[in-house]
Amino acid sequence: MGILEITAPTFEWLELSPLLTVLIGAVLGVVVEGLVPRAYRNLLQVAILVVTIFTAAGLLIVNWISARLGIFAMGALVLDGPAYVTWAAELLFGGLAILIFAERRAGQGASVFVAAAATVPGSKDERLANSIGREHTEVYSLALFSLSGMMVFAASNDLITMFIALEVMSLPLYLLSALARYRRLLSQEAALKYFLLGSFASAFFLFGIGLVYGFSGSLTLEGISSSITLSGTGRGLLLAGIVLLAVGLLFKIGAVPFQSWVPDVYTGAPTPVTGFMAIGVKFAAVMGLARVFFVALGGERWSWQPVLAVIAVLTMAVGAVLALTQTNIKRLLAYSAVSHAGFVLTAVVGANAFVPDGQINALGAISFYLIAYGFATVAAFGIVTLVRKGAGETLELGDWAGLGVREPVLAGAFAVALLSFAGIPLTAGFIGKWAVFSSAWSGGYAWLSIVGVGFSLIAAYLYLKVLVSMFFADPASSVSAVKPSLATWIPVIVGAIGSLVFGLFPGPLMDLLSHAEVFLR
Amino acid sequence: MNPEMVALLAAVLFVLGAVGVLIRRNALVIFMCVELMLNSANLLLVSFAYAHGSLDGQVAAFFVMVVAAAEVVVGLSIIVSVYRSRRTTSVDAPDLLKL
Repeated sequence: MGILEITAPTFEWLELSPLLTVLIGAVLGVVVEGLVPRAYRNLLQVAILVVTIFTAAGLLIVNWISARLGIFAMGALVLDGPAYVTWAAELLFGGLAILIFAERRAGQGASVFVAAAATVPGSKDERLANSIGREHTEVYSLALFSLSGMMVFAASNDLITMFIALEVMSLPLYLLSALARYRRLLSQEAALKYFLLGSFASAFFLFGIGLVYGFSGSLTLEGISSSITLSGTGRGLLLAGIVLLAVGLLFKIGAVPFQSWVPDVYTGAPTPVTGFMAIGVKFAAVMGLARVFFVALGGERWSWQPVLAVIAVLTMAVGAVLALTQTNIKRLLAYSAVSHAGFVLTAVVGANAFVPDGQINALGAISFYLIAYGFATVAAFGIVTLVRKGAGETLELGDWAGLGVREPVLAGAFAVALLSFAGIPLTAGFIGKWAVFSSAWSGGYAWLSIVGVGFSLIAAYLYLKVLVSMFFADPASSVSAVKPSLATWIPVIVGAIGSLVFGLFPGPLMDLLSHAEVFLR
Repeated sequence: MNPEMVALLAAVLFVLGAVGVLIRRNALVIFMCVELMLNSANLLLVSFAYAHGSLDGQVAAFFVMVVAAAEVVVGLSIIVSVYRSRRTTSVDAPDLLKL
């Protein structure tokens, strides 16, 4: 190895400024917690959140227009079309989902987060903390840290950066899951399950990194790719490594057989946190999975494509069928998230095909699908926070009956989100489904797209069942929706309008994605 | 030193950890098993770094240690809060969330 020369690392401040802005915002949040009196913290945290998201988005747009593409930070991060699309989507959906954290009207002036997480549920300390109006305003800062992890995850160029990003993304989410104000035992249980299973899965991911490193001697995606093409020895190590890497990534996506945490965590976590992780983690993890499998393991695609195809079918089946049996709206949306993971995996399987000029490729299809899913998810979970019976949210589907009569605007927005989930024409979800299935078809997996259409019909029946009960059933008694503030209205309206606009006029976004979506090596 | 034997040892430790996660019922023991898995991956990275004569794997092991320490902070806080509200660390006790 010789004498080590230490040279100062280079860091491209301008190119990476959107990411740095989010990190600075998160750190500022910690400073506020330490220095500012309690009474002003919430206001200041929301202000920091809004300024951070807008600044980061502005810098991102400037960088994107100036086409600042390349491999940065000593080869740790790559900023290419998919990375820019992911960062933009994470900032938009993450920002909207975190904004719902600030809603206070739903809890009679208190946030949805616990007053003091260290108190025992039902104890005197807890009542005291409630009565003096304590609250955890760290949630904004935790969410911003998680958001930065999601951004790095989708843009990492080597496996160790990816592992750290995975943990930066997940650790704050484990904590956020435990912080619900109502149903605290459920919330703590969800956090325990999420933490134990999540760290179990990331240990698999890490051991997979070790095995792939043993095969190739390199941790960068490009290095792994070139040693797959060049080297003929040690394929056992490589295949075992691919399996373990896939376990870690598929766990985060929520694909079968690693989906068992999804319904529990989605149900137990505070609803705004569920919305945040539903779209944020899924977007980052799918793009990260695509990057690992296309860039690093593209040369091995004959080994992993059939396996992923089977996983995609199982995921669609389990998600769609188990969603039919649910009576709890959050569990229903969780199983629907599982089935959506299956739909988007069909496009990952169908990748690497020859794409005619001007048509959208597999990556573009994945991005469009996830963007459509993001709009619908932000709106849906925003509305779930508002429907109440007594003090807490009511999650029983029976209680949602007749909501369309009492709250036509909210129910209308929820209907748009559900139609987009279902993939009904004229919504963004339809274009997304069409894009992923046609991508799988042109990739030589025609049978997979036919199976996918079948399962999306089963899923559509489910969403329509909910819609019918909302609009045509007799209103359930004593259920009402809170009149929300802007913090919830903005995400709900943006989500519903986005679901419609990109369904009616998908052209510009399709065009953008078909030009942007090539991984840089 | 034969790096292959070290890699084999790492694999054995990893499997021990994974089996421990699956069969033990105490959240703390499960958590220790996860840490064992992370450390076996460290051993793997370091042994392959030696075999390949590159430093990447050794540096990666340092990063993993930092991540593992952060995970301990988050994990223990969650396990302690569950223990305080339920007076047990068995993973079978919290069973409110079901299919």
